[in-house]
Amino acid sequence: MSATLRFGEGNLQYDAQGRLRHLLSIEGLRERELLQILDTAESFLSIANRSVKKTPTLRGRTIVNLFFENSTRTRSTFELAAKRLSADVLNIAVGTSSASKGESLMDTVDNLVAMQVDGFVIRHPEAGAAHLVVRHLGDSVLVVNAGDGQHAHPTQALLDVFTIRRLAGPIEDRVVAIVGDVLHSRVARSQIHALSILGCPEIRVIGPSTLVPEALSALGVHVYHDLRAGLRGVDVICALRLQRERMVSHRLPSLDEFHGRFGLTPERLRWADPGALVLHPGPMNRGVEIASEVADGAQAVILQQVAHGLAVRMAVLAILAGAAGGE
Amino acid sequence: MTTDWDVTALLEGMARDLRPLIDPEQTAMIGIFTGGVWLARTLHAALGLQQPLGQVDISFYRDDFSQIGLHPQVRASDIPFDVEGRDLILIDDVLYTGRTVRAAMNEIFDYGRPARIRLAVLVDRGGHELPVTADVAALRLNATAGEHIKLRGPDPLRLELEQRGPQP
Repeated sequence: MSATLRFGEGNLQYDAQGRLRHLLSIEGLRERELLQILDTAESFLSIANRSVKKTPTLRGRTIVNLFFENSTRTRSTFELAAKRLSADVLNIAVGTSSASKGESLMDTVDNLVAMQVDGFVIRHPEAGAAHLVVRHLGDSVLVVNAGDGQHAHPTQALLDVFTIRRLAGPIEDRVVAIVGDVLHSRVARSQIHALSILGCPEIRVIGPSTLVPEALSALGVHVYHDLRAGLRGVDVICALRLQRERMVSHRLPSLDEFHGRFGLTPERLRWADPGALVLHPGPMNRGVEIASEVADGAQAVILQQVAHGLAVRMAVLAILAGAAGGE
Repeated sequence: MTTDWDVTALLEGMARDLRPLIDPEQTAMIGIFTGGVWLARTLHAALGLQQPLGQVDISFYRDDFSQIGLHPQVRASDIPFDVEGRDLILIDDVLYTGRTVRAAMNEIFDYGRPARIRLAVLVDRGGHELPVTADVAALRLNATAGEHIKLRGPDPLRLELEQRGPQP
C-alpha cells in the first residue's frame, strides 16, 4: 500500500473560497474542518432524543445514494441522515439500475444531475470513483465518498474518532490499535489519517505480515505481528472485518488460523488496558476477527458507533450543503 | 443615541417585568445561544424558576442556510423539561429582524407543543421583518440598518453599538 493515493492535482475537497464542498478522503482534510464535523455531530446527536427527529436544514434539497457495492449500514444511515435533515433521498443500487446495462458512471451521474439533484453519496468498488465524479461535475453538486475500493471510507473513520473522543476521552493521549487486514482496508487507511490529524500519539497496526506489512510504518504507525505485544497498554482496539476474498489470494491459510492468532477473545482483551474500548465497522464475522463474547460484551461500543454514524453523516451533509452557491 | 448602557440595571428591569408573567413552579425558560443564554442564566436565578434552564442553538433552523451555510460553531440545543403544554419564556439579547425568534420557535415545536411562548429581550432595536414583538424589552430603540447592537460577555456583560457601512 502506498502511503498516499492521489487522483490528480490539488485538493478537490475544497472550493475556490476554501470551503469544504466534498468529502472524498480524510487525507487532505484540514484539522479545522475535521473538528467542525465532530463538533457539529455532537449537536445532531441530541436530535435523536426529541419527539420530532428532524431539522429543516436541507429542506428542498435532493441527495442521491449511488451504491455500486452492497451496503446496509452505510447506505441506510446516509439515507436516514439526509431525511432527518429534511432532504429528499433517492436510492440507486447498481443491481437494479441502468449501470448493470452498461451505462457508465458518468452517464448515470449526468442523468441524475439533469434531474436537479444537489448531492451524491457514492460507494464504488474502484478507488477514486468519487474523485472522478467531482472532476466531472465540479462544485455544483456535493459529493461524499461512502467507500471507494481499497482507498478510503472517510465517514467511517469520522464516526470512529467521534466514538473514541466521546467514550474514551481525548485522542491526544490515547493509544489506538487497529487489528486485522490493514493492507486492504479503506477503513483502516482512513482511520490512520484521522487519528494522525487529531494528534493520536501512538497508532498501532496488528496482524500477520501478509496483511500488515512492515511498509505500513511509512504512514507513521507501529507495526506488530504479535497480538499480545501489540495490545499491551492499548486504550482503544479497532477490529477490522476480514474479507473472505483474501483467502482466495492466498494471503491467509484459513479463517480458523486467523482467529487462532488474531481473533479478539475475552482472554486476549485482557492484554489491553482494563476498560479498553472495542470498535468494529461491521458487518462482523463472529468467531473470525471477533468472538461473540467480545462483540456483545461490556467493552464493545459497536452499536454506539452506528448511532454516532448517523449524527456524523448529518454533520457532513449539512456542512457540505452549506458551502453551496459557488460564488 | 446614548451608548452608555448599564446591562445589570437593564437585566433587573427585565426580571421586574417578567415576574408578574410567570409561575415559578410551572413556567420554564429557554435562552437562545449565545447572548440569550447568558441573560437567561441570570434571569432564571433571579426569578427562582423551578424548571431547569433550556438553551437552543438555532443554526440548523436558520432561513438563510442557503446563503451563508452552517455556522462554524454549533452548540447542542438542550431542553431538559417537557415542552408539551408548557408556559415558556424565550430569552434573546437583541431583537432585530425576528428571524432568529422564528427559527427558535420552529425548533421548540420539534420538542413538543407549548401552551404559550412569551419573548423577553434585552434590546428591541427595531427593524423587524416578521410579525414578531417582544412581550418584555428592557430597552426599545430605533436603530438604523448601519448600527449594530451586540451583547458581549459573559463576564462582564456589555452592550455595544457598532457603526458599519451598508451591506454590499
